[in-house]
Amino acid sequence: MGPFASAFSRLYGAKGWAALGAVACVIFVVFPLLNLVVPAASPFHLSAYWVTLIGKIMCYAIVAMAMDLIWGYAGILSLGHGLFFALGGYAFGMYLMRQIGSDGQYRQNMPDFMVFLDWKEFPWQWWNSDQFWWCALLVVVVPGLLAFVFGYFAFRSRVKGVYFSIITQALTYAAMLLFFRNATGFGGNNGFTDFRRILDIPIATPQARMTLFAVSGAVLIGTLLLARWIVTSKFGRVLAAIRDAEQRVMFCGYNTVHYKLFVWTLSAVLCGIAGALYVPQVGIINPSEMSPANSIEIAIWVAVGGRGTLTGAIAGAGIVNGAKSYFTQAFPEFWLYFLGLLFILVTLFLPQGVVGALGQIRDKLRVRKITRMPPGKAS
Amino acid sequence: MSAMVHAGLGTGESAPGRIAAGGLDLTHGTVLYLDDISVSFDGFKALDKLSLTIDAGELRCVIGPNGAGKTTMMDVITGKTRPDAGTVFFGQTIDLTHLTEAEIAQAGVGRKFQKPTIFEHHTVFENLELSMKADKRVRKTLFAKLSSEERDRIAAMLARIGLAGDAGRIAGLLSHGQKQWLEIGMLLMQEPQLLLLDEPVAGMSDEETEKTAELFLSLAGRHSLVVVEHDMAFIEKIARKVTVLHEGSVIAEGPMEQVQNDPRVIEVYLGR
Repeated sequence: MGPFASAFSRLYGAKGWAALGAVACVIFVVFPLLNLVVPAASPFHLSAYWVTLIGKIMCYAIVAMAMDLIWGYAGILSLGHGLFFALGGYAFGMYLMRQIGSDGQYRQNMPDFMVFLDWKEFPWQWWNSDQFWWCALLVVVVPGLLAFVFGYFAFRSRVKGVYFSIITQALTYAAMLLFFRNATGFGGNNGFTDFRRILDIPIATPQARMTLFAVSGAVLIGTLLLARWIVTSKFGRVLAAIRDAEQRVMFCGYNTVHYKLFVWTLSAVLCGIAGALYVPQVGIINPSEMSPANSIEIAIWVAVGGRGTLTGAIAGAGIVNGAKSYFTQAFPEFWLYFLGLLFILVTLFLPQGVVGALGQIRDKLRVRKITRMPPGKAS
Repeated sequence: MSAMVHAGLGTGESAPGRIAAGGLDLTHGTVLYLDDISVSFDGFKALDKLSLTIDAGELRCVIGPNGAGKTTMMDVITGKTRPDAGTVFFGQTIDLTHLTEAEIAQAGVGRKFQKPTIFEHHTVFENLELSMKADKRVRKTLFAKLSSEERDRIAAMLARIGLAGDAGRIAGLLSHGQKQWLEIGMLLMQEPQLLLLDEPVAGMSDEETEKTAELFLSLAGRHSLVVVEHDMAFIEKIARKVTVLHEGSVIAEGPMEQVQNDPRVIEVYLGR
């Protein structure tokens, strides 16, 4: 086998690749056809509502996988991942705000909130923000750098377990308070909204919407393959070993700080990219994305889907957010109760999450099949 | 990103505590030299001016009642605990008190814990793979691929620790004695100069204990071993030189019979 073939077979078996191919086909062919080609009157037409909803959930699924890498594999529970997601969203949101040009309420070549605050020029944070490439760079660098610096000090000081989780909660809360202030320069509690264009193309057209959807799908699949490549490498086995017996890993000669720092920073960068894809699709970013509850919800997605499986993270993000979009319309006042109940039920009855439970059922069936076979053939 | 991660590892010649490329300097025949080590926890003196030398290739047994400081001594050697005073030299040149746990392990000190500490969710094979001597930096590990020579080394170790048929088994499912052996196998995969073994035969059957004694005797010479054990029958089987710790200091040292007849040792063990 060549190096590529062996890398392929390392990630997934034939069935896994076939399933992934089918999903890619649905995202890149079936959905665009149903949305753009099938006429709106047809029952098979996929409405803009669904395109946006699924696109949004795919962004959440990227965040969930990033969370799974750090929590499910390295055993580090972050309750501040919403911050990295929001930072990516804000970084790209700056570009979207600049693309409004002078089409805002005040007809000036400046975001409305700046005109309202009577600012005469852009604050330093907005330097070069009319350049797509610059903001795309910030999407990666800002969450990555913050995570790197924070992680460096936290991991070097051996902050672990619940202490680490609480500090990450405090971090996202502090950032939320900072972003609520008008003086921070990002639109205060209103954040950014009213986007018009992206790369000079109108954003509210079906084609633009579908393009964002497809890009989110591509990043989702790319993230899955990257994460899978990492966790099936020796590095991934070291990560899981750190989760189970960090001291033994250190006494084996691994500098665990570097391992944790690498995966922590990567996880934050993935969240930032997801946030940047999320903002143009939902059309708004504000400091509430940094609220502590949002970050806790990310952990719930992963717990529901199943930790340490990657596909479980995707499933969890889909299940919880699908239920959320239904419940918040049908029974808006009960959503939080439902979410709490879901978390309790999963913790009690599905400690390995949905995907973990499916795996256990499959193993049981396999054992039954083997025991039913005539003696001598069981192998 | 990876460049930033690696920056901390320090490849510069001037980096303090850097391990000499040529390996361990054993010119005076001493592999480990503890000098005047003191450690106290909240006023309790766990180690009190402890001094101890281990010769290259020696098999040394360390005994002592509970709380004598045996495990603390291992913690100091492996970098888990920093001493309040004193130095620990590994060979002639490496001062272990300035290195991290990982650096000490890379320098050639392997440690077995009192409670078998293996990677319970990994297979037996993977346990040996992860502990095998290799470049253990992030980037190398990301792109690491097992060579056939490395596979052979793991297979040989599996046979040596009696787990050849269990390579694909999840390590958490092994019996207690097998876990002890797996941990010893993991230590040997690191190819350490010095092995520190904290109660290696605890929970083993007589037969397993017997085999462990044989293994340790076969290792002495090529490796240096420090064994902490309560099992006196085991000590008698392997001991050449015994060190007795009490209240953080050495109270007796010498061949087994001599130590056993030392009045201070008898007093410490049997009470007045």
